[in-house]
Amino acid sequence: MLEIEDLRAEIDGKEILKGVSLSIGPGETHAIMGPNGSGKSTLSYVIAGRDGYEITGGSIRFLGEDLAEMEPEERARAGLFLAFQYPLEIPGVTTTTFLRTALNAHRKARGEDELDPMGFIKLVRAKTRALGIADDMLKRPVNVGFSGGEKKRNEVLQMALLEPRLAVLDETDSGLDIDALKVVADGVNALRDPQRSTLVITHYQRLLGYIVPDHVHILAGGRIVRSGGAELAEELEARGYAGVVPEAA
Amino acid sequence: MAAVEETLQQIRSVTNERYKYGFVTDIEQETAPKGLDESTIAFISAKKEEPAWLLDWRLKAFRRWQEMPEPNWAKVSFPPIDYQDAYYYAAPKQKVAPNSLDEVDPELLRTYEKLGIPLDEQKVLAGVVAVDAVFDSVSVATTFKAKLAEAGVIFCSISEAVREHPDLVRKYLGSVVPTSDNYFAALNSAVFTDGSFVYVPPGVRCPMELSTYFRINAQNTGQFERTLIIADAGSYVSYLEGCTAPQRDENQLHAAVVELVALDDAEIKYSTVQNWYPGDENGVGGIYNFVTKRAACRGRNSKVSWTQVETGSAITWKYPSCILQGENSVGEFYSVAITNNRQQADTGTKMIHIGRNTRSRIISKGISAGRSDNTYRGLVRMLPGADNARNFTQCDSLLIGDQCGAHTVPYIESRTPTGQVEHEATTSKVSEDQLFYCRQRGIDEEEALALIVNGFCREVLQVLPMEFAVEAQKLVGISLEGSVG
Repeated sequence: MLEIEDLRAEIDGKEILKGVSLSIGPGETHAIMGPNGSGKSTLSYVIAGRDGYEITGGSIRFLGEDLAEMEPEERARAGLFLAFQYPLEIPGVTTTTFLRTALNAHRKARGEDELDPMGFIKLVRAKTRALGIADDMLKRPVNVGFSGGEKKRNEVLQMALLEPRLAVLDETDSGLDIDALKVVADGVNALRDPQRSTLVITHYQRLLGYIVPDHVHILAGGRIVRSGGAELAEELEARGYAGVVPEAA
Repeated sequence: MAAVEETLQQIRSVTNERYKYGFVTDIEQETAPKGLDESTIAFISAKKEEPAWLLDWRLKAFRRWQEMPEPNWAKVSFPPIDYQDAYYYAAPKQKVAPNSLDEVDPELLRTYEKLGIPLDEQKVLAGVVAVDAVFDSVSVATTFKAKLAEAGVIFCSISEAVREHPDLVRKYLGSVVPTSDNYFAALNSAVFTDGSFVYVPPGVRCPMELSTYFRINAQNTGQFERTLIIADAGSYVSYLEGCTAPQRDENQLHAAVVELVALDDAEIKYSTVQNWYPGDENGVGGIYNFVTKRAACRGRNSKVSWTQVETGSAITWKYPSCILQGENSVGEFYSVAITNNRQQADTGTKMIHIGRNTRSRIISKGISAGRSDNTYRGLVRMLPGADNARNFTQCDSLLIGDQCGAHTVPYIESRTPTGQVEHEATTSKVSEDQLFYCRQRGIDEEEALALIVNGFCREVLQVLPMEFAVEAQKLVGISLEGSVG
């Protein structure tokens, strides 16, 4: 699904990723944990193709294609979804319009007909019901005046609608209360199937109690310094980054 | 920084609008001799077979104009205009005035068809919009006149109104914008050539949208149209004007005057989608749009609503205003002004509160891209006696890139202790983060920009008549995108 080999990347001339290798197979859930400043968010932005993040070495392949050659929207349409740590506000654009525009962009890329507003509303209502999200959110402008929890729910709704092959969750748990955390986790878990994969990027072990990973990697100083199973996250929780990876402290 | 620069480049390239309406119609035309003096005015007046009072009125305006200085207070700059180096009358040659569409030169009909303005009544679905088409100095056709006449509504060219309804014209022409009001209004009064006239009789709700479509075609020609709309007691009319011009390297002057009169309990909704040729990316060519638009809310409970979507013109100088004279009268101004490349816009409104309990509402959305300059200039004046007058103003500016300018110049004068004036203003930028967020959801950059800008203008676009809202939304996208959806 996702093959990262010896990836090096910099921003404003400063090297942040110093040789990251990671392989995520279909149906797998991976977690990347690491202290602040270890390069976690940079990794998610490089995968999604944000401007300003320069790949200086190594490669990323997604479903066999070289991501470095693709625009962010092409990566998205190929099935790559990034749940933002800080989702953006778009004043005056209702969530419904935004979601429909996004979904239709995906459908067009797949050679399917665009959904008309009525057909779309039906589809999106089914999704909100399944996720336990109030329909009222659909009428409001994208993320404007949303609480932290609502913004993250909106991210999960978008994910449920676009049905990505690989979802990257960038610190999705930050600032969430326990109820919102459950909604997010339920949404992610509902999408899990043998053809879809998830990459959870997080600082804390908390979210991993709800989205149980198959593999856990510790990122420190721009490199993956240790990999293991779900138990590695528990070990981290017990002993802290300093105890598990002294070089990260 | 490289990335920021790249995004700016990208935005610059998508904002280089390809102007769709830049073609020229090849048609034989008749013009007045170049230049402007009293004989030019006599020529125009004679061409239109006008009564003596109107020629007189024009000449008075001309004499006043000669004494007036060109205004220079707007935040726009342009080389001096040589008023002698232009034609003041250009009309497609036609043997006789057409009585029906069958007699209109097919070349003209084709031009309007190309512009997406069907003049063939059968082709207009359900007949929801009646159109008066003005080509350079003359009105070439007005559709649905018969159907409107059944309701008692008069909709014709102003030249025809001068002939057929002289009492109405004489009573109201210049009653809202006096001939000496300002430099460009005086010039217009002297040389106006055509435009639309609407009269809605008491208690009549105009059965369809009325629309005038202005087209400048001839070279070196100014367009000076005059529009006069009268809504008699208890009537309602919704009116839309659209405008385009060919792509040329020299600047052309468009100095129109629009006068609206709303009597007791009458309502006029006036919408403009202005898409004059804006010049190229270096600021060569384009229309100078120096326009005076004013409404008199003369009657009790009268209401006038101006809605404008301004995307064209090299320079825009325009302040659609309301004189709120009648008790409880209401004035509204909803504006979207988009400037790109080297365009300059100085636009806004004036709300003059005279009557008691008068209310006004101003929603202005300015979008600047490229190296353009976009100024909102607005006046809210409450005179003594305008007891309990209220105003709410909201001015929002959106910047795209870092080479453009947005300016807000509100003037507030309240001389009534019970008046209430509210002013809110914001300035924001389309951020790379917003664009990236949209793109990560699969939306390409141009569509993302159009989505964000349309969201920013939403409050204004939603008050446009339904038939035009979709078109305006697309235009907002096109003027920033360079590609047609």
